Amino acid sequence: MPISTQSAPVASNAHGTLKRIMLQGRYETLAMLGNGEQLIVAAVLPLLALIGLVFTGLLDDVAESPIDAAAPGVLALCVISTAFTGQGIATGFDRRYGVLRFLSTTPLGRAGLIYGKVVAVLTVLVLQVIVIGGISLLMGWRPAVAGIPAGIALLVLGAAAFTALGLLVAGTVRPEATLAITNLAWVLLAAVGGILFPSNRAPDYLQPFVDLLPSAALGDSLRSALISGSTSVSGILILLAWTIIAGFAATRWFKWN
Amino acid sequence: MSPSLVIEDLLKDFGPVPALDGRMVRVLHGISLKAEPGNVTTLLGANGAGKSTTLACAQGLVPANGGTVRLLGEDPYGASPALRSRVGVMLQDGGLPPSMRPIPLLRHVASFFQRPGDIDGLIERLGINEFATTSIRRLSGGQKQRVALAAALAGNPEVVFLDEPSAGLDPQSRQVVFDLINELRDAGLCIVLTTHLMEDAQRLSDYVYIINDGHNIAQGTVAELTAHAATETPVQAVTFNAATSLVLPALPEHLHLAESTPGHYRLDGVRTAADLAALTGWWSREDILPHALTMQPRTLEDVFLEIAEKGNHAN
Repeated sequence: MPISTQSAPVASNAHGTLKRIMLQGRYETLAMLGNGEQLIVAAVLPLLALIGLVFTGLLDDVAESPIDAAAPGVLALCVISTAFTGQGIATGFDRRYGVLRFLSTTPLGRAGLIYGKVVAVLTVLVLQVIVIGGISLLMGWRPAVAGIPAGIALLVLGAAAFTALGLLVAGTVRPEATLAITNLAWVLLAAVGGILFPSNRAPDYLQPFVDLLPSAALGDSLRSALISGSTSVSGILILLAWTIIAGFAATRWFKWN
Repeated sequence: MSPSLVIEDLLKDFGPVPALDGRMVRVLHGISLKAEPGNVTTLLGANGAGKSTTLACAQGLVPANGGTVRLLGEDPYGASPALRSRVGVMLQDGGLPPSMRPIPLLRHVASFFQRPGDIDGLIERLGINEFATTSIRRLSGGQKQRVALAAALAGNPEVVFLDEPSAGLDPQSRQVVFDLINELRDAGLCIVLTTHLMEDAQRLSDYVYIINDGHNIAQGTVAELTAHAATETPVQAVTFNAATSLVLPALPEHLHLAESTPGHYRLDGVRTAADLAALTGWWSREDILPHALTMQPRTLEDVFLEIAEKGNHAN
């Protein structure tokens, strides 16, 4: 049969890339904030952890005051809550329900979807830092001023690494499995993965393994930045490596359908 | 007018399939089709025939393994946002986020476009106001379909893909959806839809591609498809009601007479007046006066079943 096709290009009906990403970011942020279970993981549990750590004296040897020792780890916990557990579960179920397929046929596209999620993760993280940081300050937290820029950079880098890991899980296994894996990982990483407690508290036989985890890199580096104002190069390198590896793996193996 | 969608010799493989020792399975074996603006082009076939996979390739959701796909002149796989902004998609499973309510979702989708469709008009037209406060999770299948159709039209597209648009619709919403599709066609949109329902294909289509087991097995307008076969077999069947359990006569080999339900008889294979005479001759000999005699004209369904049958034998 004779073939001729309509010749492109015709004026696009799509808004610009940045606008689409910000629109999707706002949409995903509102979806996260409107989800009760996500709010518990994102705000209520970190707050309970903060109060628990301050009043139990479990971190007495880490810094001069219990709140100085606890607050950086709780901020690290917020990163895992939002970037990994919350975002992973939401993405897993969106994949199940074909939402990712549908949105990728709109001008938003696959890349816009992912960047929209990153915008939402960072926005929620900012809100978490304001709430948790504000309450910590009221409880007497005095972070090392010199370490604040490094602390912000670590939070962003941690969010990148755990967003990539969350997408990798959500894009490769069933949503029920994503739910189980990301919740279990949240508990384990918080307790023995170097998030709430320094990684040197982990049992000796786990030590070399824990030190390479993105959670330990994030938790330990945040503590050294915000307690003593020092920058941990190895922590930053480990987080960067996890971001690159998980980002590559997610790009390679993420199943959209 | 030049076609909006051109597919030539499309091949698609799925897999690797663990149950087949990790081999790939070919699901599309060279599909070719064209869809023009101002037309409803229908992919008709049974479930699993390859209709949705063909659409997924045309929408750019999956890459082709062979052949070419051109949507508005571009390869849809990895297409630019500019191309996607001119195309609307309604997926078979809806693809709608369960926790959202319909209207905020539609407004969100419309927000990606510089010149979105008339969202309020679509909401009104498709009766979405009736369940506006309900989350998508709690909507019925037909309600979800209507929201998915509105979402496909949210960007005022030039090409619309509708995968099984009438699935789960009650007769009233079905009429609303069909009227809307006809209007969009009259407005010059290129509409590509799939259905396994012959009646829908017959009512909506300008041009039909019958797909079976990943092959194009027939194509044409509804009139062409039914007329082509009609020269061979104008009558699909003769049915009549008479006394139960009649002793059936010996008839020429190509005729098949059976009592399909008690007192209800069906004769298949009538091609000539002589075939009908063989039946009436039996009535005359046995003094049978049937009532409710009908001669059923061929429908698209008969054509489809026949062609699919031939296709299966050929394989």
